[in-house]
Amino acid sequence: MNTTARTRPIKVVLAKPGLDGHDQGAKVVVRALMAAGMEVIYTGLRQTPEAVARIALEEDVDVIALSSMAGSHLAFCRRLKPLLDEAGLDDKLWIIGGNLPRQDHDALRGLGFKGVFPTGSRLDEITGFIERNLP
Amino acid sequence: MNDRLPPDVSPIVNESGIAIQPLYTEDDLAASGGLSMLGLPGEFPFTRGIHPLMFRKQPWTMRQYTGFGNAADTNARFKYLIANGQTGLNVAFDLPTQCGLDSDDPLAEGEVGRVGMAIDTLRDFEIAFDGIDLDRITVSLTVNGSAAILIAMYLAMAERRGFDVKKLRGTAQNDILKEFVGRGTWIFPVDASVRLVGDTIEYCAEHAPKYSPVSVCGYHIRESGANPAQEMAYAFAIACAYADEVLRRGVPIDEFAGRLSFNFNIFGNLFEQVAKFRAGRGLWAQIVKERYGATRPGSMWMRMIAGGGGGGLTFEQPELNIVRGAYYALISALSGAQTMALCCYDEAYTIPSEYAQRISLRTMQLLIEEMGLCDTVDPLGGSFYVETLTNQMRAEMARIIADVDARGGIVGLIASGSIQSQVSAQAYRRQLDLEAGRFRKVGVNCYRGDAEDPKVEFHPYDEAGTVDQVARLADVRRTRDASAVARALDDVRRAAADRVNAMPAIVSAVKAYASVGEITSALVSVVGRYREPVRFEG
Repeated sequence: MNTTARTRPIKVVLAKPGLDGHDQGAKVVVRALMAAGMEVIYTGLRQTPEAVARIALEEDVDVIALSSMAGSHLAFCRRLKPLLDEAGLDDKLWIIGGNLPRQDHDALRGLGFKGVFPTGSRLDEITGFIERNLP
Repeated sequence: MNDRLPPDVSPIVNESGIAIQPLYTEDDLAASGGLSMLGLPGEFPFTRGIHPLMFRKQPWTMRQYTGFGNAADTNARFKYLIANGQTGLNVAFDLPTQCGLDSDDPLAEGEVGRVGMAIDTLRDFEIAFDGIDLDRITVSLTVNGSAAILIAMYLAMAERRGFDVKKLRGTAQNDILKEFVGRGTWIFPVDASVRLVGDTIEYCAEHAPKYSPVSVCGYHIRESGANPAQEMAYAFAIACAYADEVLRRGVPIDEFAGRLSFNFNIFGNLFEQVAKFRAGRGLWAQIVKERYGATRPGSMWMRMIAGGGGGGLTFEQPELNIVRGAYYALISALSGAQTMALCCYDEAYTIPSEYAQRISLRTMQLLIEEMGLCDTVDPLGGSFYVETLTNQMRAEMARIIADVDARGGIVGLIASGSIQSQVSAQAYRRQLDLEAGRFRKVGVNCYRGDAEDPKVEFHPYDEAGTVDQVARLADVRRTRDASAVARALDDVRRAAADRVNAMPAIVSAVKAYASVGEITSALVSVVGRYREPVRFEG
């Protein structure tokens, strides 16, 4: 846990990328982050990479989180990474959760997603990871 | 409740909130309402089953959820399953198709053929069902937002292959209201979406009277966090919303209610699920008879697929899902399902392999052939426990429906995001309970064992398949009669603007080889798009 006092709550954008409509997990995580005292902007479904980058920039978030259940996570993250870099958001904490096969985890980390939370991750793992990994 | 429990025995409450006694007697049964709703199978109120002989006459239809890549890939898997004894097909479409996008749409990038079969035009449907006898194998289309278009394609394809559409059986999911609560493949605003469902029901009642144009899904509402009583109560409230829409157009209840069907989930406590299904049959029959004044028994039947169980399967120790699936299939068989499908053991990871699909299919066949599940109708009927619980579940469902009505009705509660917020709050509490060990899930919060790589074969995603699919779409666009397509799309727009039934125009457009994306865009240009309300109340 970060020991320095924050001037504002941790701000997270949680996005549902692409056409995947399975949002039960994303909404559960939103509630867990809120319960941990974070401010959460939940985008709803059908977000393009451009929309995720724009919302993250406009909302001045600390954490950019994706929830992907339908298998297009690598294709999406490959398109999102250059947009986040270009927007100067490479110093933010990027995390992703959902149906993420183990063989894809290194590729996701390589793209800059420092936290990878496959199905079965505990909610306190996610909130704890965010708190530990923010400057 | 639990008044007989000694102090050292903990109380148990099922997921639907009903206290479970350690023993049931005739006193409990009498206190819950007795056997007044029992009757005989095939007779009102159908608690014991919708047919007198049920599986003794014909076992349930076996219909695994299948589809990936393009139409040719999926056609090959269909034929594999039929060769292995499957008796129906349950078609999975990719997300672009489900969301009304063509395969060459920028928003479809990376998603074409990924979680289901890609369909752009009637040409794809002709390939998908090539060589399959549609009179013998009934087909269920799992599609919602774009369902009107896909139903039109199915009917057009069958007609061109020489099948009599008047006799054609089959089902479309086409339950858009639940799609706003869970699953999320909505396109149009709520009111326009309900109108379009009404169009399909009204159209099929006249042109394809044996076809089931809607399968109302408690299933996905349950997956989103609803308990079993809510699952069924919300589905009935949604089915009533569709019935009201069709009745407003002057179609008598007995001309369409018999073609409404349902899709329910089978994971959870065995007795609670069996009671849920038995209770639901009686309650739906009462609603159709008493609220709507139906007189034909077939109008009152709660016909259902009881299957899936995805929400009960686990990522951890996936081979245990084979065992869970077998128990879920037992629940479905004990509950008098018309159709069964089982989520496969590898489905928490990937599109099921042929091997996994065959295990699920053999699980159902084993119940039919070896375990005596088809010998006798409603074998749990008469149990003090099951009958008492059936009465209590029915009362709880009726209470929830009355509450929905008192709060202004299901359409408004979904449009405002109220139901979504409620079930997601429940899903969150359930996850906290799981993590705290307040209920037990084998392999997840107990009996975890050592982490080892699961024996799961990942379904490959064929990137090149997108190129082929886009090329086929381009070829159709090049060779079709462009002016006929333009006229047909104009007719679709005009029908939407005039608020008349859009199905005849959609059928004409499909026959002219207009694409899913083109027809969807024509409708969107008139009725607009849905905007998702986001709410997180406790």
